[in-house]
Amino acid sequence: MAALRLDIVTPDCVVLSKDVEYVGAPGLLGEFGVLPGHIPFISALSVGVLHYKREGKSHYVFVSGGFAEVSEDTVTVLAESAEQAHQIDFSRAEEARKRAQARLDAKNEDHDFKRASFALARSVSRLSLRGRD
Amino acid sequence: MASLKDVRLKIAGVTKTRQITKAMYMVASAKLRGAQQRIDRFRPYADKFYDMLGNLGGKAVDAAHPLLEVRQGAGDTGIVLCTSDRGLCGGFNANITAAAMKFAAEKSAAGNKVAFYCLGRKGRDAARSLGYEIPLGLIGHMNSPGYDLASETGVRVIDDFLSGVLDEVHLFYGEFISLARQKPAEIRLLPIAADDAPDEKTTVDYIYEPAVAELLNELLPRYIKVQIYRALLDTSAGENAARMQAMDNATRNCDEMIRGLTLLMNKTRQAAITNELIDIVGGVEALKG
Repeated sequence: MAALRLDIVTPDCVVLSKDVEYVGAPGLLGEFGVLPGHIPFISALSVGVLHYKREGKSHYVFVSGGFAEVSEDTVTVLAESAEQAHQIDFSRAEEARKRAQARLDAKNEDHDFKRASFALARSVSRLSLRGRD
Repeated sequence: MASLKDVRLKIAGVTKTRQITKAMYMVASAKLRGAQQRIDRFRPYADKFYDMLGNLGGKAVDAAHPLLEVRQGAGDTGIVLCTSDRGLCGGFNANITAAAMKFAAEKSAAGNKVAFYCLGRKGRDAARSLGYEIPLGLIGHMNSPGYDLASETGVRVIDDFLSGVLDEVHLFYGEFISLARQKPAEIRLLPIAADDAPDEKTTVDYIYEPAVAELLNELLPRYIKVQIYRALLDTSAGENAARMQAMDNATRNCDEMIRGLTLLMNKTRQAAITNELIDIVGGVEALKG
């Protein structure tokens, strides 16, 4: 079976560069899947969880928005931050979630509502990967 | 003439200074390696990013985006100034701030408001001493500039640009050319020049999701951040290269001073010995007489 190349890069490092069989990514307009032979495609990503299959097993990666480009059986993901499930610091994510939730609950005019809800979305999707691989 | 003891003290002092400059040289070279590593790690992202922008660039011409809009007449200017936090790196910071200040002076002479967004202490101090408005001053991060720093600055200038506080934004930073060469550089961040995007012939016809205009909405703000981050990394590498050079020079000057002082010390000692001999010989002659 033809393989897909998956590259996930952030400004700080190359998070992942592997041959995989399937990639599912959280597009801005909904989740999309990529199999080998996909047509060239560029999509914006939302905050969420990307997963890929390698040797029949699913793996999960958190991405904080960005872009995905599919061309010639290569999927390139550009994200501002990305972490594989086993790299995530869950206690930190939990703290971030509480902080963001408190900000949203406070309904304080000074607080940036948009920023807080983004932070909440990020921490919730990080936490959703607890126990995953 | 300085006494022998004075000269010896001075040599000891210069030797200590040389130790310090030598240590600073080594610290700077270690930090430079770190900065270069960060640049290397950032390169894949930047390259891919420009690729993608190039892909979209050809199609973006007809889609008017607020970040591309050139405003006629008004010229209230924001200056993003990247410098180091610390001195002792030769003319590095002075050159960057001089370039930025010259630009700012021209702008304010033409009756425009100028606001400084400073990354690094040296630039902020310079802007403050000249009495410019400083809406953003991020200090103490230049040791290991992270992407969040660029992100924060980017969000601020984009907000101020879109809300009409600023009509254009320029970025001043220290370009790292080589170990021996760093020079101040300037780029216009906003409005984004339409031909800024590297124009590559698109050979592949992509499907875009969402449509090109919305995709640009996501892509262009990130482009600003990428540019700021690149400037930050360059400044950080340039600072350390400049410091290495400055400290290397200082160490060599110390060596030279020590050589000169040692010569002086030997002369002084010889003079003292000669004087004593003259005394003794003179005394003996007097006794004979």
